[in-house]
Amino acid sequence: MSQAEIKRRHWTFLEALETVAAWFVAILWIAPLLYAFWAAFHASEYAIHFELFAPLTLENFREALSQAPFLRYGFNTFVLVTMLLASQLVICTLAAYAFARYNFAGSNIAFSLVLVQLMIAPEILIVENYSTLAKLNLIDTITGIGLPYMASAFGIFLLRQAFKSTPKELEEAARLEGCGMFGILWRVYVPLARPIYLAYGLVSISHHWNNFLWPLVVTNSVETRPLTVGLGIFGAPESGVDWSIISAATLLSVAPLLIAFLLFQRQFIQSFMHSGIK
Amino acid sequence: MHQSPSNAMRHVYGWLLLTPAAILLIAFTHFPTLATIYESSFSKGNLIRPSRFIGITNYESMLEDPIFWKVLINNFWFAVGTIPASVALAIAMALLVNRALPGRPFLRLAYFTPTILPMIAVANIWLFFYSPDIGLIDQILGWFGFPGHNWLGDPATVLPAIIVMTIWKEAGFFMIFYLAALQNLPPELEEAAKLEGASRWYYFRRVIFPLLMPTTLFVLINAVLNSFKLVDHLFVLTKGGPNNASNLLLYYIYENAFSYFDTNYAATLTVVLLAILAVVALAQFFLFDRRIHYR
Repeated sequence: MSQAEIKRRHWTFLEALETVAAWFVAILWIAPLLYAFWAAFHASEYAIHFELFAPLTLENFREALSQAPFLRYGFNTFVLVTMLLASQLVICTLAAYAFARYNFAGSNIAFSLVLVQLMIAPEILIVENYSTLAKLNLIDTITGIGLPYMASAFGIFLLRQAFKSTPKELEEAARLEGCGMFGILWRVYVPLARPIYLAYGLVSISHHWNNFLWPLVVTNSVETRPLTVGLGIFGAPESGVDWSIISAATLLSVAPLLIAFLLFQRQFIQSFMHSGIK
Repeated sequence: MHQSPSNAMRHVYGWLLLTPAAILLIAFTHFPTLATIYESSFSKGNLIRPSRFIGITNYESMLEDPIFWKVLINNFWFAVGTIPASVALAIAMALLVNRALPGRPFLRLAYFTPTILPMIAVANIWLFFYSPDIGLIDQILGWFGFPGHNWLGDPATVLPAIIVMTIWKEAGFFMIFYLAALQNLPPELEEAAKLEGASRWYYFRRVIFPLLMPTTLFVLINAVLNSFKLVDHLFVLTKGGPNNASNLLLYYIYENAFSYFDTNYAATLTVVLLAILAVVALAQFFLFDRRIHYR
């Protein structure tokens, strides 16, 4: 057997070993989630003494829903995420259009100032942003949670790239057809950037569904609190809630996003990759 | 007739299109950044004594505040504990699932799923794992005859416990960037390495790893930023305790502003955080500018 042959066999052996390792890590990685999932459907004494075939129950979900208004929190999160994404799309599209096609005076400096937000997210400046919101009388409102994020540097950046790569001839053609400034934007640029809108939308939805610190600071009532804040209060050790019920509540809170992710895995993972181009 | 963008009116249109975004960005990013610096030079006011200008006094008391140093050192160890481990795991995961192997879709899903969950949900789940005696970790250790341990209540183990949880949450996120990079590598590279009889480790160390350098740099910058921005889990797991053993800078800012109502000291601490972020931004700018050369 030649030296090269031995080495090739060695590669094949290592590849088999790697498959085992890959499965081992995967099981280790998914185990905490599976355990929480399992516990949510079983009586609390089994969370402490694991028994695979213990009787199933929905009691934990019933308890969680009766102890805290998770449906209302879910509704709040839904309103927040929808309103925020709609405003982000409009505001970022306009700004990106300006940067991509209107070579206006000061556009380079303005663009660098936009990019500052990539580093300094609004939640870093909680103290000052809270007092701004208080002056605007928007404390404890869903608008108040969303407002600081409506102009998103990341969205402007992504859309500017997309608009810049759109062929100028298409714009000329639309102009000859009699389209105005917004007509061109709406009929040429926006449709061609559809994949970018999808990618940005998924990143924005998952980010704001999961965001916690800023909503915690801004909200103080059931009518405005999003799921993460509701869950944070519910799960805090001093609340003394049973772990199986916390698991059920956690599952309820993450279910919509998790199900969407499981259904559209490819789109989600690709959108998250897009967030890597910044 | 419609205005063409090359026309002089483009300046007006450009600024008009930018206006909504500009107002919001100025209101919630630029103005508060400057206001934070301004507020940090004022004393904490109360009903009897209003807030007044005190120059750098807040910074002087910050340097004498043992908790400030404590959270800064904690943040350092949190970064050192989470970043190299999660980046190494991310590379390993990406390499593992980049080949055709049985169950690949499931493996990717398993690695990535923790990323999609909110940190609060993750903390809720792990809170039980770490609870003394009845928690999952103590139960498993119990089978091997180890006594129970209060992981989150012991200053010696609380930060490592949080680090392990963060690695679990983040590795899958970084993995997807490495996967994207690996898929862009020409498949001939591996063929060539095999023909040359290169060992697998040599192939990784001398071929793959250098080619992944730009990705690694990007991931590192993001990981550093996350280690300063991410404090959600502290609200559920430890509240920064015991005795500030797990407190981080942003959480300490929150405590000062919303528990002790000392917004001026919170502003002073925020300036430190802003300075750290600025250093990271500059590092990114210069490192990306110089580019990483392939050997």
